[in-house]
Amino acid sequence: MLLFCLSVEMGSTNSTLSKIPNVEELMQETGFTPAHIVRLYDRFEALDKEKTGHLRPQDFGAINRLAMNPIGDRIIGAFFSPGQETVDFHSFVRILAHFRPADKNRPKDPSMPEPVNNRTSKLKFAFQLYDQDKDGKISRAELLQVLRSMLEMQVTEEQLESIADRTIQEADLDKDDAISFEEFRKSLEKVNIDHKMSIRFLR
Amino acid sequence: MGRKSYRFGQTGPRVPLAHCPKRLRWLPTVQECFRHEVEAKTGSLPTVNVGSKSTNIIGLTAPRRAASVMDVNRGDREKSVAMEDFWAMVLAGLKVWTYLIVALLMVPAMFGFSLGISETYMKILVKMLEWATLRIQTVNKEQQILKSSSFNGLVQRDDGSMEEELGELRRSRPKPPVGGDFTLSDCFYFYRRGIEDIVEDEVTQRFSSEELLSWNLLTRTNIDFQYISLKLTMVWGLGVFIRYCILAPLRIMLASIGLTWLVIGTTAVGFLPNWRLKSWLSEWVHVMCYRICARGLSCTIHYHNKENRPRKGGICVANHTSPIDVVILCNDGCYAMVGQSHGGLMGVLQRSMARSCPHIWFERADMKDRHLVTKRLRDHVNDKTKLPILIFPEGTCINNTSVMMFKKGSFEIGGTIYPVAIKYDPQFGDAFWNSAKYNMVSYLLRMMTSWAIVCNVWYLPAMHQQEGEDAVQFANRVKSVIAHQGGLVDLSWDGGLKRAKVKDTYKEAQQKKYSSMVVGGEEDRSSNGD
Repeated sequence: MLLFCLSVEMGSTNSTLSKIPNVEELMQETGFTPAHIVRLYDRFEALDKEKTGHLRPQDFGAINRLAMNPIGDRIIGAFFSPGQETVDFHSFVRILAHFRPADKNRPKDPSMPEPVNNRTSKLKFAFQLYDQDKDGKISRAELLQVLRSMLEMQVTEEQLESIADRTIQEADLDKDDAISFEEFRKSLEKVNIDHKMSIRFLR
Repeated sequence: MGRKSYRFGQTGPRVPLAHCPKRLRWLPTVQECFRHEVEAKTGSLPTVNVGSKSTNIIGLTAPRRAASVMDVNRGDREKSVAMEDFWAMVLAGLKVWTYLIVALLMVPAMFGFSLGISETYMKILVKMLEWATLRIQTVNKEQQILKSSSFNGLVQRDDGSMEEELGELRRSRPKPPVGGDFTLSDCFYFYRRGIEDIVEDEVTQRFSSEELLSWNLLTRTNIDFQYISLKLTMVWGLGVFIRYCILAPLRIMLASIGLTWLVIGTTAVGFLPNWRLKSWLSEWVHVMCYRICARGLSCTIHYHNKENRPRKGGICVANHTSPIDVVILCNDGCYAMVGQSHGGLMGVLQRSMARSCPHIWFERADMKDRHLVTKRLRDHVNDKTKLPILIFPEGTCINNTSVMMFKKGSFEIGGTIYPVAIKYDPQFGDAFWNSAKYNMVSYLLRMMTSWAIVCNVWYLPAMHQQEGEDAVQFANRVKSVIAHQGGLVDLSWDGGLKRAKVKDTYKEAQQKKYSSMVVGGEEDRSSNGD
């Protein structure tokens, strides 16, 4: 009876942290605070309606505004490694960690691995969203795919092709009709990546 | 010499001691009878030692065995006397307790006046919570980044529209003459929005409890509960004790009394044949029992604009936060309920309520047939002697920070709509029922162990469907009135989205918007150039 009352009273906070395995490691790797981890865990559980401990693409599909997003499917796909059909909590948090704002006060320590939310990592993540077959280059076909999903029925096929042509022309420096990661990075050097590819977590 | 029987306190010729059976001689009463003999023998008053193992009065020692049995019995009897005393005390205490409850809580509930106890309770509570908040703030001063807006979220969203954000990205380069206005970084906007939505979205956010900026001494509402100070923890511990051991049993008792009386009272009224008396009595029974139930949850309800109260033959619509909404509204008037007929305890309640005044309970199969439902509701509304129907058009519980889309079914019936806005004060207890997280029993337990439930009810002026307005527009109009009055956010999302998926039309709208930015300019130019 007492235990039941305590469980009603205490809600979920401290017990949630203990439920997550290797939570210390996760926090260090990603830089999220315990409060954030708890919130993300609650979110993970809310999405995992069948309580399997893993998320599948359908669970992401239940998020309404994501379904409205023209490249929503691609974003969902980024969570799943090739060949995997489920994503567990650790991978979920690791992917989301890409979108943390860069830690400005972090000392540059060459011995430690690159933090997952610095400019290069973010660019790599964005690059992978384009480069679906993971061959290190954004080919014309891949670019067309992205354009098609973003514009669907609003533009004609010729317009799509001309857009793709121009984009490759501008960015492709070694003229191999594809955009490599370096070329990608160069064409975006003026863009404030940290601002555009970060979400500000409160508290 | 023959034995003569003797009696206590007998007057008359005394029987000599020798005639008294030996085994009784040590009883004090017997000894009293033979006092004169003893005095004569020893010349002093005998001292009686009740309960001693052996007595040496009159030179007699009680036979050992009898003494021990008698002694044990005496010890037992004392113990049992003590026990009886104890139980008598407990019973007396319970009696006093019950009388107190009846006098202080139930009688005012029945007759609708207030003794001011709850007001003082609330005042004390508010003072304590302010003190607790101050303690936390003084400790956390350097750490806390208090956002001034009461934002209920995990991420801070930029409120910039698609045009603004993408425009920023384009500013750094001139517009290309041909090939559309697309950059590789356009996607970033969509990625970010997508990830923000994965972490948190506007709709599902409404289905979890609202968070408070200050702590109200209930651990369940504080995500970042940390150890602040010993004093605060002690106060919290005291609060737990009070809530679980004093308030909760009291409230459970009151609630069960209230429900039992509801069943008995309405069944009794149901047997009456006389119509006018019957309806008056049934209203009185309903309101009385709901008042007792409200006391059972320590509800403090403030009603505003009572002149707009729903009248007979109308439909009352309100925003839905929890099953307690029914108790809140029925404390101030009688309504006809609409719902699915259940089995078990709820079924008993439903059937007895239906006996005294007409409610509308549907069988599960009937609910699918919309025409049948509408017809029954319409018949009820058209009969001007029947009570106003109470409907919650959202169809599900929302967390009381917003109002979601109203289902148009209730607005097609054609009666007068009386909107009511209900807003709970989250400071004292969170009334939202998260049906995914808690079932009914644990929800009620949480309710009964909160400090109190404080809410405001606003009655809004009656509304009718206007010419040329269809049911959906009418529903939206009523919804915005309710949201405005209650200070809630007016969302156009469907509450059913809690369980269902969004339509593709929304996605196309986003694509259209984006394409107008990429290609729209080009089309203008090409048409101008012709």
